[in-house]
Amino acid sequence: MTRPAPTPAPARRPPARLGWLVPAVTVGGLLPVAVLVYDALSGALGANPIQRATLQTGLLTLVLLVLSLACTPLRLLTGWTWPARIRKTLGLLGFGYAALHFLIYLFDHSFDLTLMTEDVLKRPFITAGFTALLLLVPLALTSTPRAVKRLGFVRWTRLHQLAYVAVSLGALHYYWGVKKDHTPPLIYAAVIAALFLIRFLKRRPARSARAGSRAAKS
Amino acid sequence: FSRPDRPLGPYDTDEKVTSYQQATTYNNFYEFGTDKSDPARLARSLKPRPWTVRIDGEVRKPQTVDIDTLQSWFPLEDRIYRMRCVEGWSMVMPWLGFPLAALIRRLEPTGKAKYVQFTALLDTKQFPGQKQQVLKWPYVEGLRLDEALHPLSFMAVGLHGRTLPGQNGAPLRLVVPWKYGFKNIKSIVRITLTEKQPQTTWALAAPQEYGFYANVNPAVPHPRWSQATERRIGELGRRKTLPFNGYADEVAGLYRGMDLRKNF
Repeated sequence: MTRPAPTPAPARRPPARLGWLVPAVTVGGLLPVAVLVYDALSGALGANPIQRATLQTGLLTLVLLVLSLACTPLRLLTGWTWPARIRKTLGLLGFGYAALHFLIYLFDHSFDLTLMTEDVLKRPFITAGFTALLLLVPLALTSTPRAVKRLGFVRWTRLHQLAYVAVSLGALHYYWGVKKDHTPPLIYAAVIAALFLIRFLKRRPARSARAGSRAAKS
Repeated sequence: FSRPDRPLGPYDTDEKVTSYQQATTYNNFYEFGTDKSDPARLARSLKPRPWTVRIDGEVRKPQTVDIDTLQSWFPLEDRIYRMRCVEGWSMVMPWLGFPLAALIRRLEPTGKAKYVQFTALLDTKQFPGQKQQVLKWPYVEGLRLDEALHPLSFMAVGLHGRTLPGQNGAPLRLVVPWKYGFKNIKSIVRITLTEKQPQTTWALAAPQEYGFYANVNPAVPHPRWSQATERRIGELGRRKTLPFNGYADEVAGLYRGMDLRKNF
């Protein structure tokens, strides 16, 4: 370990202590759906409600995926274990918003699959977003503990590194989608890059240390 | 609000007019900010009186004229026009104003005049969005002289029977209904007749996406999205976008012999 020895976790804290965490994140993560439905029904989405709903679900997807990807770097930086408990919930919520975003897009195009195919093939902006959604599907399907067991931890971890590809494509989709002001998508891109960097820097020494100890054993 | 209480003119559409509420709260006016709700929220910072318009370039009578004087030169008319934004949405707007051709004729262009360049106000106090260099300020737009002289080209000073609100481009804006909305420059302070094609704001910002002509054309997609359909504000579904925004009979002749895929 390169970082100073973490303060030992208080022994008095049993795992059940944070039992409220996952339900709270789930409820909090679903709250925007309720707000969106309420706004849609009360006319608060403005003159172009479909476009507004598309934008909002797209942004929520990015926010939740970024939060999910922030869990491991946060744990690596602080030594806290609670982020690991909500990582999956945040990821699944992100996938849920991506699916909703896509459904609204389909509704916007009267569920015309020819039009959708043309968009996906011809317009890099849609290609990026659609690919990101497709990449999230296997991750959502293998989010159960059983799937981890079946795949084996190493393979499961490798598969779930696709989340970085998906979220990067999501940020690119956002960047290509705005007409001019690129500041917000660039902020997302910077955060994603920073999270990736933290993970990379924090993991590297640990892995080489492990490799070193393995070499010493043989 | 319903349509103006008069028979429809030859250039009016009989389609359902977009409500005043929607037409004044969903605006692209980056001088106030890039969000569609920014213009309505910040429009009070714009002071449309007193206001002068500088007229120069290839005209016999260059001058600076007060907006009320300029307005008094022409009888005000209603025009109900479709407005199609390059982003894929549209509205039906009941404008109040005067034909651009009437103004240009009054200015007596010289033989050298080939284009009309419009410049919007540059003032970070009145336009807080200009503190960010999202676009090169001030906003500049332009038309070929024959486009400007077309009877559809219009200078608006009112909307829905009222004085033009700040968020819609008070006190004076251009309306060219067969072109994408960004051609309709708002809050004009200068009109210059030129020999050369003006360098227009969006064409400078992203030349591969926005051209000088910007005629509504469902057959030429924006590089990032299709232009085949549009959403009429107030409706849920999409409708087909028409060539020249439905004004092909009137204006297609202006572009005879031109490749509209190249001159997009």
